[in-house]
Amino acid sequence: MHLNININTGSNVPIYKQITEQVRMAVATGRVTVADQLPSVRALAEALVLNPNTVARAYADLAREGVIETRPGRGVFIIPKRKVLSREEGRRRIEPLINTLISEGLAMDFTPDELQKAFAKNLSRWQQEKGAKQ
Amino acid sequence: MSEQSVIRTRGLTKYFGTKCAVHDLNLEVPRGCVFAFLGRNGSGKSTTIRMLLGLLSADRGTASVLGADSASLEPELRARIGYLTEEHQLYGWMSVRQAGEFQSAFYPRWSEKIFRGVIGHFGLKPEARVKHLSRGMRAGLCLALTLAPDPELLILDDPALGLDPVARRSLVESMIYLTRRADRTIFFSSHHLGDVERVADYLAVLDYSVLRACCPLESFRNNVREVRLGFAGAPPELPAIPGMLQAFRTERELRVTCVRYDAETERALRDLNPTSMEAQLMGLEDTFISYLGERGEKTFILSETEVAS
Repeated sequence: MHLNININTGSNVPIYKQITEQVRMAVATGRVTVADQLPSVRALAEALVLNPNTVARAYADLAREGVIETRPGRGVFIIPKRKVLSREEGRRRIEPLINTLISEGLAMDFTPDELQKAFAKNLSRWQQEKGAKQ
Repeated sequence: MSEQSVIRTRGLTKYFGTKCAVHDLNLEVPRGCVFAFLGRNGSGKSTTIRMLLGLLSADRGTASVLGADSASLEPELRARIGYLTEEHQLYGWMSVRQAGEFQSAFYPRWSEKIFRGVIGHFGLKPEARVKHLSRGMRAGLCLALTLAPDPELLILDDPALGLDPVARRSLVESMIYLTRRADRTIFFSSHHLGDVERVADYLAVLDYSVLRACCPLESFRNNVREVRLGFAGAPPELPAIPGMLQAFRTERELRVTCVRYDAETERALRDLNPTSMEAQLMGLEDTFISYLGERGEKTFILSETEVAS
């Protein structure tokens, strides 16, 4: 399991959110999979040099979203995905990310066609990687 | 509530001559938290800390630590408080080990394990002479001497002052190590907001002797937003915007930072008819600077004469 979490202080993203986003990303890309164990709150806090309450908050958010589960006495585990975001909420969250991609891409002088091709190519590569793992 | 507060001040006020150093301070520090005490140089932080410890008498108001009046702290109670200040007295001729032995005589709860742990963390050798230590190592020794009595309340007055990044990281790690005991409280002042973001759950902001904020760190951040407004041409003149801290004007954009961003503020900004508008959180340091910085509007458009010259 490769859970490489990087923390940036001074970012406009709060630290607990940096953790939840990176864990979610690790799950989405298949770097961590169902039944993988995450470090304890205390262990991750000391490894990342953070207040344990910050890590606890991130874990609580991930648990609420159905990404992880704390099993008392055994640790923190990735659990099978269940749908917690409504379709509409999902769209609301994905929209700004897509807009960032488009505006950055166009600013770097890519044509819309090139952007679409690059997007499709990466998407299919991810699907293949995930398929190979399962 | 007071049961859970390890530090509590009510209307605490101090004058030096006619100059007000601390004005009407109401501070509440919950047990078991890491509390950052922020403010610019000369805002009154050290004066407050010295009043908390009874080293300086207040002109008005009260302060209590661990439930006891700061003005009359018994030695037994003082032994439960660890205080680290820059002017920590060390004897240059002693070795690191001797400095520990000397200090331990004053504290019944002295923990040799903590002492060795902290000096090891800062890379200090027990036989090294105090006078030969670097500034970072000295800070490590002072921290070890402060932590080894296992204090319930740790008060650190700008512990990161003058430390290199490596020593500062060791300091932050030591603070996090201390949170293993849920009933231990750390109250510290600092100018390093990156460190504050890593360790603090609560913060207070003192500015020109007055308390401007005292709340959980995330609440402080959530309170301040940066709104970017795009315009087709030059941005219009700004009317009075509720809660506005600062405005930055460039050729096609207005960047407005606001405190207590709410529907009313949003409406006032929308009325400017921007082509795009986006409100977002800022980093802790930017939030702090925006909150305390000079208010008003700044323009970053060079006039044509400036461009020409």
